Amino acid sequence: MRALIAQRLALGFLTLFGASVLIFAGTEILPGDLASALLQNNATEENLAVMRQELGLDRPAVVRYAEWFGGALHGNLGKSLATERPVADDLAPRLRNTLFLAIYSAAIAVPLAILLGLLAAVWQGSLFDRAVNTITLMTISVPEYLVGYLLMKYISVQLGWLPTLANVTEETAIGERFYLTLLPMLTLVLVVIAHMMRMTRASVLAIMASPYIEMAFLKGIPKWVVVVRHAFPNALAPVISVVALNLAYLIVGVVVVESVFVYPGLGQLMVDAVSKHDVPVVQACGLLFASAFIVLNMLADIAAILANPRLRHPR
Amino acid sequence: MSDTVADENEIVLEVDHLRVQARSDAGPGPVLVDDISFTLRRGEVIGLIGESGAGKTTIGLAVLGYTRNGCAIEGGRIIFRGRDILTLSPAERRALRGPGVAYIAQSAAASFNPAMTLFEQVCEIPVRHGLMSPAAAREVAIGLFRELDLPDPENFGRRYPHQVSGGQLQRAMAAMAMAARPDILIFDEPTTALDVTTQVEVLAAFRKLIHEHHTAAIYITHDLAVVAQIADDIMVLRHGKMVEHGTAEQILQAPRAEYTRRLVAERVAGHGFIDRAAAEPPLLTISNVVASYASLARVIDGVSLEVRRGDTLAVVGESGSGKSTLARVITGLLPREAGEIRFRGELLPPALAQRTREQKRLVQMIYQMPDVALNPHQTLLDIIGRPIAFYFNRPKAEIRSRVLELLRMMDLPESFIDRTPGELSGGQKQRVGIARALAAEPDLIICDEVTSALDQLVGEEILRLLKRLQEELGIAYLFITHDLGVVKRIANKVTVMLKGQMVASGETETVFAPPFHPYTELLLSSVPEMRSDWLDEVLQRRSTA
Repeated sequence: MRALIAQRLALGFLTLFGASVLIFAGTEILPGDLASALLQNNATEENLAVMRQELGLDRPAVVRYAEWFGGALHGNLGKSLATERPVADDLAPRLRNTLFLAIYSAAIAVPLAILLGLLAAVWQGSLFDRAVNTITLMTISVPEYLVGYLLMKYISVQLGWLPTLANVTEETAIGERFYLTLLPMLTLVLVVIAHMMRMTRASVLAIMASPYIEMAFLKGIPKWVVVVRHAFPNALAPVISVVALNLAYLIVGVVVVESVFVYPGLGQLMVDAVSKHDVPVVQACGLLFASAFIVLNMLADIAAILANPRLRHPR
Repeated sequence: MSDTVADENEIVLEVDHLRVQARSDAGPGPVLVDDISFTLRRGEVIGLIGESGAGKTTIGLAVLGYTRNGCAIEGGRIIFRGRDILTLSPAERRALRGPGVAYIAQSAAASFNPAMTLFEQVCEIPVRHGLMSPAAAREVAIGLFRELDLPDPENFGRRYPHQVSGGQLQRAMAAMAMAARPDILIFDEPTTALDVTTQVEVLAAFRKLIHEHHTAAIYITHDLAVVAQIADDIMVLRHGKMVEHGTAEQILQAPRAEYTRRLVAERVAGHGFIDRAAAEPPLLTISNVVASYASLARVIDGVSLEVRRGDTLAVVGESGSGKSTLARVITGLLPREAGEIRFRGELLPPALAQRTREQKRLVQMIYQMPDVALNPHQTLLDIIGRPIAFYFNRPKAEIRSRVLELLRMMDLPESFIDRTPGELSGGQKQRVGIARALAAEPDLIICDEVTSALDQLVGEEILRLLKRLQEELGIAYLFITHDLGVVKRIANKVTVMLKGQMVASGETETVFAPPFHPYTELLLSSVPEMRSDWLDEVLQRRSTA
């Protein structure tokens, strides 16, 4: 089992390395480089050459990549072109905001999705089962910005219960934060819940066809105990990987929701940086997103290995 | 529950005109169990015997008030200690399962939850039904493990199902069923998935358990010799109906129904595949072959064999002995690591991909599971015609007529040619498997446990068919099997394998006659015989030896 986990870790780092190469190459092939972005209207041939030499852009891409990635591994992400401050300083508050919203949403969505999935499996074919399936299918089929605007329209504008915008600042108190981000959180929960709930239901139902489940019923075990104690632990592996995918989405894929609610998260920062040609910030955001994805999937793989009794307790 | 009862001979179960029927959305389906009645007293064991589809398991489950999806109990009464369980509420039925009637399934490996320890599962009935505290249930479990001769009973239950052997797991299931001292135990083919030598120990453990706790039991099996060791009464079933019901002695000694007579006779009769092979030159010669799967220890270690035209060489051994791997090595599916395999004197390359089409043609295979070995989406014309097209490149019309000829040889109707395997019975599918092997006109056919997935009498017909084909075509068979009864009847030569090595090899009469190799003797003495005192004799011999 240790070997398996070590293998997953090694693969994770390899993937991270690959992703960093792609990110660097991606920003490299964009039309116009840092020098022309900085000089803008003053970009004469001589000025450009001088600027490139100053920035070290005349050196081979491989050398610059090694410098960038090496720096990133040490926490040095370069300087932002727009603010001329270290990228890390601009990034940190945004990352905190993004993680706050992601954890807030996940803390509600994951337990709720698993509970609904289990209940749908216990009452397979019932009205409850069909209702949950239909509703979650609807929320996943509607684009998230529409879900966001609909919630805004009905809950904020018509009922006036919650603020429309989640414009938190550094100074916002924690309680206030929960209140302000309630609406974006709800939006995200609605978007991610369907996938996890359906996977829980499907994998529990697949396990329910096993002989050891029939055996549990023949032992006179009540149905909910059979589902929770006998079926669910064996259905965990696929559920874990879907949960990880959705957690990654909560960190990486929330750009649209952040825009809708004007929430100062990482996604907004990246969109702004792209429009300002702020290459170091774009690269840093890309690397962070890739790391979140890779780390979460790696953790899911390791959790799935740990959830397998055959691997946890070898002969 | 049984602790509260004084009456030693109380009738614990009365099944009265039981009728179970399949049901679908379209309406009632076939009747699975029809008009079955019997009674069971405390301490009594009734054996239900029959082939697949006889309704044995359906009856066993019905006693638990349980039917599988799509079936329903449509008539009759099942009276458990004075109460008709069919009139009970779902909650009352649930309360009965486990403490009242407990079930022991065929495959312990599949019936234990892989994610829970044995203690958790064995203690579940008394704890979940609120009969014992977890600590008390654990003590009971340890006691049962000890009674069932399980190793290190104090700690045995800490293990997970995959950490113990098949025979131990099957005994653990008996402990699980006994944990709340039920009034009735239902054994559903509990030794069928075990090796013969393990079967003896498990059977003995079950019998001890039943006797010591004076529990009533229903013992379901297709094997008359097994049930004879444990049952007082035997009911023979066929197609959901009772064929015959009597004491074990009477069924074995003086069966009244024709069907029972055939079941009893099968074990006794021999076919004796003719031995005319001695003068023929060797067909297949294997010398000192070694093979292993990646990262595993050697699976085949120094095996040498010889098969001549018209030979039937049986390779016997228990699971894990390497006998199926040997077949894979001969066909080249698993390349050998060392040693030689010659066919008609010509050296065969280790890997299948290196062999010529002609080398492939001469060795064909028939598989254990005809359900899995035949493509369910192809017609028999496609399945049997494919090797004809591949090896002989004949025109379509000729292929069709050849397939028809093969179907006739298999005693299958010609009209089957356009059917798919799904429309055929298990025995018919196996005949298609044989026809496909014969279509390549091979010299040698490797038969891998070809009868073990089939019912007794159906398997018997397949053996007869193979024998007839051998007489007509002079094919040689390499017969891989764990069933020594089959070996004695059909093979002129036998090789006994143990952990990848040959322990004995030669003419069947020589290998299976004294002086035996000790392992051969153990195997032979473990095959249940059709008399009720066989198990006692074996156990006595082994305890004195």
